[in-house]
Amino acid sequence: MAEVAETRAPILRARLSRDDLIQGGGLLVMAAVFVVVIVIPLFSMFARSFQDADHNFIGLGNFVEYFSTPSLVVSVHHTITIGVVTTVIVVVLAFIYAYALTRSCMPFRGLFRAAALIPILAPSLLPAISLVYLFGNQGMIKELLLGESIYGPIGIVISLAFWIFPHAVIVLTTALSMADARLYEAAIALRASKVRTFFTVTLPAAKYGVMSACFVAFTYSITDFGAPKVIGGWYNVLSVDIYKQVVGQWNFEMGAAVSVVLLFPVALTFIADRIVQRRQVAQISARSVPYRPKPNRRFDLIMLAYCLTITFVLVGMLAVAGYASFIKFWPYNLSLALSNYKFDYMDGGGWDAYWNSIIMATATAFIGTLVVFTGAYLVEKSQRFGKLRSSLHFFAILPLAVPGMVLGLSYIFFFNNPVNPLSFVYQTMIILVICTIVHYYTVPHLTAMTALKQLDAEFEAVSASLKVPFYKTFMRVTFPVCLPAIFDIWIYLFLNAMTTVSAVVFLWGPQTHLASVAVLNMDDQGDIAPAAAMAMMIVYTSVAVRILHGLATRGVVLRAQAWRTY
Amino acid sequence: MNDRQNGQVLAEDERDSDSASREPYLRIRGLTKKFGDFAALKDVSLDVYEGEFFCFLGPSGCGKTTLLRCIAGLDIQTQGQVIQNGVDISTLPPTDRDFGIVFQSYALFPNLTVYKNLSYGLENRRMKRADIRKRVDELLDLVGLEGEGPKYPAQLSGGQQQRVALARALATWPGLLLLDEPLSALDAKVRVHLRYEVRQLQRRLGITTIMVTHDQEEALTMADRIVVMDHGVIVQVGNPVEIYRSPATPFVADFVGTMNFLTGEVLGPRRLRLGNVELECQNGLEAIASGTRVTVCVRPEDLRAHIAGGSGANEVTARVEGLEFLGAFYRATLTVEGMSDQLVRADFAPNVVQDLGIRENEDIAIVFPDDRMRVFEES
Repeated sequence: MAEVAETRAPILRARLSRDDLIQGGGLLVMAAVFVVVIVIPLFSMFARSFQDADHNFIGLGNFVEYFSTPSLVVSVHHTITIGVVTTVIVVVLAFIYAYALTRSCMPFRGLFRAAALIPILAPSLLPAISLVYLFGNQGMIKELLLGESIYGPIGIVISLAFWIFPHAVIVLTTALSMADARLYEAAIALRASKVRTFFTVTLPAAKYGVMSACFVAFTYSITDFGAPKVIGGWYNVLSVDIYKQVVGQWNFEMGAAVSVVLLFPVALTFIADRIVQRRQVAQISARSVPYRPKPNRRFDLIMLAYCLTITFVLVGMLAVAGYASFIKFWPYNLSLALSNYKFDYMDGGGWDAYWNSIIMATATAFIGTLVVFTGAYLVEKSQRFGKLRSSLHFFAILPLAVPGMVLGLSYIFFFNNPVNPLSFVYQTMIILVICTIVHYYTVPHLTAMTALKQLDAEFEAVSASLKVPFYKTFMRVTFPVCLPAIFDIWIYLFLNAMTTVSAVVFLWGPQTHLASVAVLNMDDQGDIAPAAAMAMMIVYTSVAVRILHGLATRGVVLRAQAWRTY
Repeated sequence: MNDRQNGQVLAEDERDSDSASREPYLRIRGLTKKFGDFAALKDVSLDVYEGEFFCFLGPSGCGKTTLLRCIAGLDIQTQGQVIQNGVDISTLPPTDRDFGIVFQSYALFPNLTVYKNLSYGLENRRMKRADIRKRVDELLDLVGLEGEGPKYPAQLSGGQQQRVALARALATWPGLLLLDEPLSALDAKVRVHLRYEVRQLQRRLGITTIMVTHDQEEALTMADRIVVMDHGVIVQVGNPVEIYRSPATPFVADFVGTMNFLTGEVLGPRRLRLGNVELECQNGLEAIASGTRVTVCVRPEDLRAHIAGGSGANEVTARVEGLEFLGAFYRATLTVEGMSDQLVRADFAPNVVQDLGIRENEDIAIVFPDDRMRVFEES
C-alpha cells in the first residue's frame, strides 16, 4: 500500500531563493571559467600530441618517434632517477628535522621552524646558481666533489633537495605534531625500548604524513624546470626536453608528446595521494592527550647540532648567491660592486622584468585570493547544487596533477590560436596572472576549505531565518573570521608567483619579461652573476613581503583577540 | 511588523481558550523525507496550535531534527505539505518563511558584539537606527542581559550565549520559534534554570514554539504537548502527563522515565497473571483476549512497600536483592515470589526505607497499583 502511495504522490522540488540563484550562478560561472582555463587547454595539448606539424591526426606517431629516439627516451629514465633519489634524500633529511622540531626540547625551535622555510623565498634556479659558484668549473670548493662534475644529476639532486626541503618539513611537522601522549605512556608502562616505541608508535602514526611528503617531493622533483635547466648539463630530463622541443626546435607536437609522457607519473602520484588521503581517518580523537617531549640532554644536543647543520646549508646557499651577486668578476676580480644589478645592460628584460614580476605577483595574490576563497565558499557553504559543487571541487584539485611546463604549453596551444577569441591575452600580463593562479590553485583552495569547515555550519541557516542575504553574512562574518587563512593564501600565491618559472616560461612576451625568467635567460647567456643578482632581488622582495605579511597577520590577530578565544 | 507585535499580545489573551476549536497554526500533512534509500521521515502528520510549546522527543536518528529542518525549509521534504498560518510553505526556501531559530551550537557570529548579533536581522529591514536601538534594548531586557550589548559572544558564559541566541531568534518578530536542542550544550544546573526561563519567556510572548530534544525530562517540564518519534514515525502525541502515565507503546514507556517490563498473561477483563502471581488490573485489558501473552509495565515509583505479612489486594512478597542510594530516593532491585527470575525495580523514599527497615537480602511486601499498570500485547 505504502509503495503505491509513494509512487503516486509527486516528489517535491524546493523553490530556489534569490540566494540559491546567486550561488548557483556563481558556481556555474566558476565552473565555466575552469573549463576555459584548464580543461580545454589540456585537451588541446592532448589533441596536439596526436597531430603532426600540419595538424594532421597521426595517432601515436609522435609517441612512436619519441620512444624510438634513444636520446629522448633516456630522459624518462633520468627523470625517474632524479625523482626517486631526491625524494629519498629530502624525506629522510626533513623527517629528522621535523622530528627535532616536534619531539625534542632543543632550544630555538621556533627559529629553526622559520629557517626551514627559507628556500620557499627563492626560485629553484637559485640553489643551482649557488652550486655553480661552489662546485662549478671555477668553484670555490669544487675539490670536495673529488673530480665529479656538479653539472648533472648531482647538481640537480642537491638543488632540488634544497628547494623541496621546506615543503616536506611542513607536511612532516604536521604529521609528527599530532601525537597521542597516552600511547607513549602505554609504551613506557609496557617497558618498550625507545627504538621499539619509535617503530611501533611514532612511525605508524606518521605513516600517512611520510607518504604524503614522498608524493610531494617526487612530484616537485620530476616537474621542476629551473634547477635542471641551470645545472643539468647534458643530463636531460623531461621538463627541460619540453622546453627544448618547443623553444629550441619549435617542435610543438613533440613538446606535447613529452608533456603527456611527463603527465603520466605525476597523475599516478596524484591518484595515489588521493587514495592515501581518503584512507587517512582521524587518528587523533577528542580524547587524545597531546604529546609533550621531555628534556633529554644528549638527544636534544644531537638534534640541535643536526638542525644547525641543515640551517647552515640553507642559509649558506642563499649567502653564496648573495655574495656572488656583489662580486665584480668571479674569480678574477673579487672586489665588491653593484654592477651585476645593472640589469638594463643585459638580456632578459632588465629592471622592467623585476617590476613586471612585482605587478604579476601582486595581481596574482589579490585576484587569486579573492577567486580561491569565493570558490571554496561556494563549494563548502552553498545549500544546493551538490553535483555542481563537487565538480567545482574536482576542478580546484586538478591543477595539482598538472606540471607547470605542461600547463604553460597547453596555454600556448589554446591561447596562441588565432581562432580563439581569447587569443588577445597571449603574452600579456593577463595570461601570466591567470596561468599562475591556476597553477597554484589547489593548495590555497584546500586551505580555504579547511578554514571554512571550522566555521559553525548554521551561520547560513540563521542568516536565512533573519532574511539577511548570504552575501552580507559572507562579508560581515565569514570573510573577517577567515582572515588569517586568507592572509596565508595571499602570501602563498605571492611567493610562488615571484619564484615560478615553469609555466610562465612559455607565456611571457616582449612587454612582459619576468624576474624569474630573466634569471633563466641571463644564466643561459652566461651572465651568471647578474642571474644571481636577479635571483637575489626575488629573495629580498620575498623576505620583505613575508615580514610585512607577518606584521599584518599579527595586527589582525591582535585586533580580533577580543572575540577569538579559541 | 506592528501587526505582528499586536498579534503576539492577542495570542497572550487568547491563551486560555480551547486550542482544539481553533485552526492549527502549523499543519504538517503526510511528510516523507528520504536521503537516498533511507527514509528519515515516513508519512508524518501533525497539528501545532497558536501559542503552543511543542516538543519533538525521541532518540537520535528518530527524525525529529529532520522534521524541524523541513518546517524551517533547511531540508525540503520528499513528499507532503507544511502549512503555516494558512499558507502552503512546502517548497519555500528558508528566506521566504517566517521563523526564528536557535541551534544547539547557538551559531552566534563570533566577530560581532551581542548588540550587533541582535541587530543583524533588523538592519536588513530598513528600520531607523533609533528603532533598532530600541528593539535591541528591549530584547536584552527580555532575556535579562541589560548592559551586555558591547561584549563579544566569547566573553559570555554558555547560558548567556544561549539567551543571546534566543533573543536574536526573536528579534524580527517571527511567528514561529524553532529550538534545536537549545539546552544540551549547557551544564546541568544552568540547563534546569534555563528550562524554566525559556518556558516563562515563551508564555509571556505567546509565540508558537517547537523544540527538538532527546531529553525526556526537558520535554516533560517544558512542553504543552509532546510528540514522541521513533524511526521516522510519530509514536504518540499528548501532553506530558499523558505521555508519562499512559504511554501508547512499550517504546514510549521505555524512552520516557524508568519502567519495569514484566511478561505475563491475561486471565480476564481485569485479571493478569505474572508467573504464578495473579493481579488485579483496572485498565486496558478489555480489548485483549484471555490467554494472550502480554508485557506489563509499571513504574518503579508506583510500587509501594508494606510491612511483610499484610494481605491487601495485589500485594506480593519480594526479596530485596539490591538497594542503591540515589540521593532523593532509594532504588531497590527485587525478585518477587512466584515470578521466577524477573527483576523488578522499585523506588522508595528514604523515609520509607527507614521506617520499614528495608535492607538487602530481606523480604518485604509490595503492592502493584491496579490503576497504574500498562499492558501491551506481546508482539
